[in-house]
Amino acid sequence: MDLMTNLMPAGAEIFMLAMACVILIADLLIKQSGRLVTYLLVQLTLLGCSLITVGTHENGIVYAFHNMFVDDLMSDVLKLLTYLAVSMMLVYSRQYLTVRGLFSGEFMVLAMFATLGMMVMISANHFLTLYLGLEVLSLSLYAMVALQRDSAVATEAAMKYFILGALASGLLLYGMSMLYGATGSLELGAVSSAIKSGAADKDLLVFGLVFVVSGLAFKLGVVPFHMWVPDVYHGAPTAMTMLIGSAPKLAAFAFVSRILVEGLQPLVQHWSGMLIILAIASMALGNITAIAQTNLKRMLAYSTIAHMGFLLLGLLSGGIEGYGTSMFYAVVYVLMSLGAFGMIMLLSREGFEADTLNDFKGLNQRSPWLAFLMLLLMFSMAGVPPTVGFYAKFSVLNSVVQAGHVWLAVVAVLLSLIGAFYYLRIVKLMYFDAPESHAPIDVGSDSAFLLSVNGLGVLLLGLLPGTLMSVCAVSVQQSLLLH
Amino acid sequence: MIFGLPVISVAIWLPIIFGILVLATGDDKNAPLARILALVGSTLGFLVTIPLYTGFVRDTSEMQFVELHDWIARFNIHYHLGVDGISVLFVLLTAFFTPLVVLAGWQVIEKRVAQYMASFLIMSGVMIGVFTALDSILFYVFWETMLIPMFLIIGVWGGPNRVYAAVKFFLYTLLGSLLMLVALIYLYNQSGGSFAILDFHKVELPMTAQILIFIAFFFAFAVKVPMFPVHTWLPDAHVEAPTGGSVVLAAIMLKVGAYGFLRFSMPITPDASHQLAGVMIALSLIAVVYIGLVALMQTDMKKLVAYSSISHMGFVTLGFFIFNAYGMEGALLQMVSHGFVAGALFLCIGVLYDRMHSRNIADYGGVADTMPVFAAFFMLFAMANVGLPGTSGFVGEFMVIIGAVKVNFWYAFAAATTLIFGAAYTLWMYKRVIFGAVANLHVAELTDLTLREKVIFAILAATVLGMGLYPLPFSEIMHVSVNDLLVHVARSKLPL
Repeated sequence: MDLMTNLMPAGAEIFMLAMACVILIADLLIKQSGRLVTYLLVQLTLLGCSLITVGTHENGIVYAFHNMFVDDLMSDVLKLLTYLAVSMMLVYSRQYLTVRGLFSGEFMVLAMFATLGMMVMISANHFLTLYLGLEVLSLSLYAMVALQRDSAVATEAAMKYFILGALASGLLLYGMSMLYGATGSLELGAVSSAIKSGAADKDLLVFGLVFVVSGLAFKLGVVPFHMWVPDVYHGAPTAMTMLIGSAPKLAAFAFVSRILVEGLQPLVQHWSGMLIILAIASMALGNITAIAQTNLKRMLAYSTIAHMGFLLLGLLSGGIEGYGTSMFYAVVYVLMSLGAFGMIMLLSREGFEADTLNDFKGLNQRSPWLAFLMLLLMFSMAGVPPTVGFYAKFSVLNSVVQAGHVWLAVVAVLLSLIGAFYYLRIVKLMYFDAPESHAPIDVGSDSAFLLSVNGLGVLLLGLLPGTLMSVCAVSVQQSLLLH
Repeated sequence: MIFGLPVISVAIWLPIIFGILVLATGDDKNAPLARILALVGSTLGFLVTIPLYTGFVRDTSEMQFVELHDWIARFNIHYHLGVDGISVLFVLLTAFFTPLVVLAGWQVIEKRVAQYMASFLIMSGVMIGVFTALDSILFYVFWETMLIPMFLIIGVWGGPNRVYAAVKFFLYTLLGSLLMLVALIYLYNQSGGSFAILDFHKVELPMTAQILIFIAFFFAFAVKVPMFPVHTWLPDAHVEAPTGGSVVLAAIMLKVGAYGFLRFSMPITPDASHQLAGVMIALSLIAVVYIGLVALMQTDMKKLVAYSSISHMGFVTLGFFIFNAYGMEGALLQMVSHGFVAGALFLCIGVLYDRMHSRNIADYGGVADTMPVFAAFFMLFAMANVGLPGTSGFVGEFMVIIGAVKVNFWYAFAAATTLIFGAAYTLWMYKRVIFGAVANLHVAELTDLTLREKVIFAILAATVLGMGLYPLPFSEIMHVSVNDLLVHVARSKLPL
């Protein structure tokens, strides 16, 4: 294979890496007052990446670098959504970071490297590439959380994130090495066929699988590997929380589905049982603990845990339908969480974080429009129609029932009923209570506009969810190989 | 078709669009504009539903005014609307009440007027959607969406304990709905990939599945009706809601639950319905008798009418589950009549509350001296609530009792006690509030109805009397649909 056929599928990654290096150097020459130039360069890079991703799209599945890297419809769709999410994150956080003196070149370059990590994760077809992508993403995120050096909470969060993240990586690598030992291959397709041929030692495989699943569970933040999530979400500056809580979930979906579905499909009866336990525990603990939170970021952290549990339901139900619904769920979740964190940042001011529940009291009197948007986002997270969150839950439940686990669907809806309570409480605070402060909400026009688009998008996609659902289903259908 | 647009879609979306326009008028500086827009929107909303009645073909149980478009192709979900003899009256009832509710809140609501009016308009469109949806997911979307404006109405404009009531209302109903969702998804997989309600009617199901589905639907619908023992949210919600909210709750939202039994539970799981009919009848009779007694002990007028609603809705579910034409038609007429009567009673209490800011029966007495016109209207509605012949309340109750006698004398006997308890709690309340010596200075200062209020009550009084004296226009329209439903329910759907 000649060089170009190898490089073309990874064009967007290469461009991102090159631009990250260029911007890193260029930023040295830019004064703090001109930081907007860096910001625009990053946005342009993301735009460029999307053009390249669309431009290099080919029908079917293209492998490169000796099957270590794969370019298919699912990877293209997920990458485009990742660019979008990162770009939205940058728009939302510009004002917030500027006020806090964190609007620096480092932040943006780290965000670019994190994006690169996600892209590699999405396109990986090999244990090593998967791991490489994961580490690029994780190391960038650790550094970003720690960027606010003088904040004790942020430093603590970074420390916790780093140690637990490193532990998870260790578990994952250990599991992978077991699988390698059993199958003699690191490439997902080869692993799958080796297991299928029956030559591999079953005990060793399952032993390795347990570690891989634990590692994945750590990274997804599902119970009982969730301890880092609330502290990191709470401690990190909100812009960083938004980055951690949004786009990486897409990459995580790709990561989990590639390993479990493409690589370890023959072991499905083993891992789906593990996922059932993880999913139920996450939904239960996430939803119940979220009720007790007074800090909105912590509450959203627990809500993430519950949402990730729901996402696992789609995966464990097996079948291409189920994977498609999981992807849809991930996309919808990212959209909602961007909006929710965007709202926190919009309400924050210099020296003031609007991250406790009390800060949302009486929002309807201070700004009816923002309250309405937040209402849409909260009802969407609770899964109440006519918002898109309902269809995410609906399609996952459908695949769970299709797989014959009606009882699991009942458990899931009962737990999401508990979840509805704390989302409802936000609505209650905004609409029923009197405001605690009457400080005017200073709204950077670009982020307020984006928030309106984001909130209305949740409603509009709820009225017409068909297209996005089909895109997810088709891209999974055309990409994930059930060996 | 209205101006080339399909009638039902117009009936749904016109109020919603007006609701958005009303919202756009912004803060309370533009309150007069918001009120006028809301009145125009709701009146138009009612006028566009009239073709549904005039153009309705009476001798078929087929769906009419059907609209069918693709919506979510992946799951074979359609934008599928239509009415039959069972649902058409409720569409009209819903649209009929919206302008009255707007008028009732005309002066009373002073804060966030636009949001208040818009909530009712949007809710009106959504509730019409519930009654006309023929695709179960479309139904579900409307069904859940309905909760959001009602939640806000109770929580923002309600009484002192409004937050508790609003949250309780929302979570209670959501619990039922979510179980229903699982049942719908299960049916989708059994019916070979269709969410159409009419396709669900044809699916064969084994007994265990039928019973589980029946229970899931029961949670959803019984909470809304509300049936004993899941009725406890209703008194709280009613007491705390503003007048308009109580009216819509009593007049329409409770009917949604009963409608669900007819559209989903009975035709989809007929065997389970027969199997569990005894339980349903027992719960209905408990509601009729026990809740009737509870109503007797209330000191708060709104709570009293709320309990009376539960008791009357017990009649409705009793009528459904005795499986004969008298019972079912009587129950449907009772639903319509109760809509008018309970709506009117809540408006009456609203009139008193606006003037006195108390719903306590003990704070009143001798109102007849200061508000004679009001006292006359209130008398009429109280009598209709009792079920006096000549008022709308009589027709439905009488038919349900006849139907019950045919099945079991003791059912009818227990149900008929409501004629005594109902008279007792309604008239006793009426006596304590309206008659006697003027109780205190506040009552002495009361002013009689304004023109706006007189218009509202005159319309309602005419309807209540009209329906009582000549119920044929209401009953003939549902006749064929009810009979065909009964035939359908009598057939077993167990797989051979």
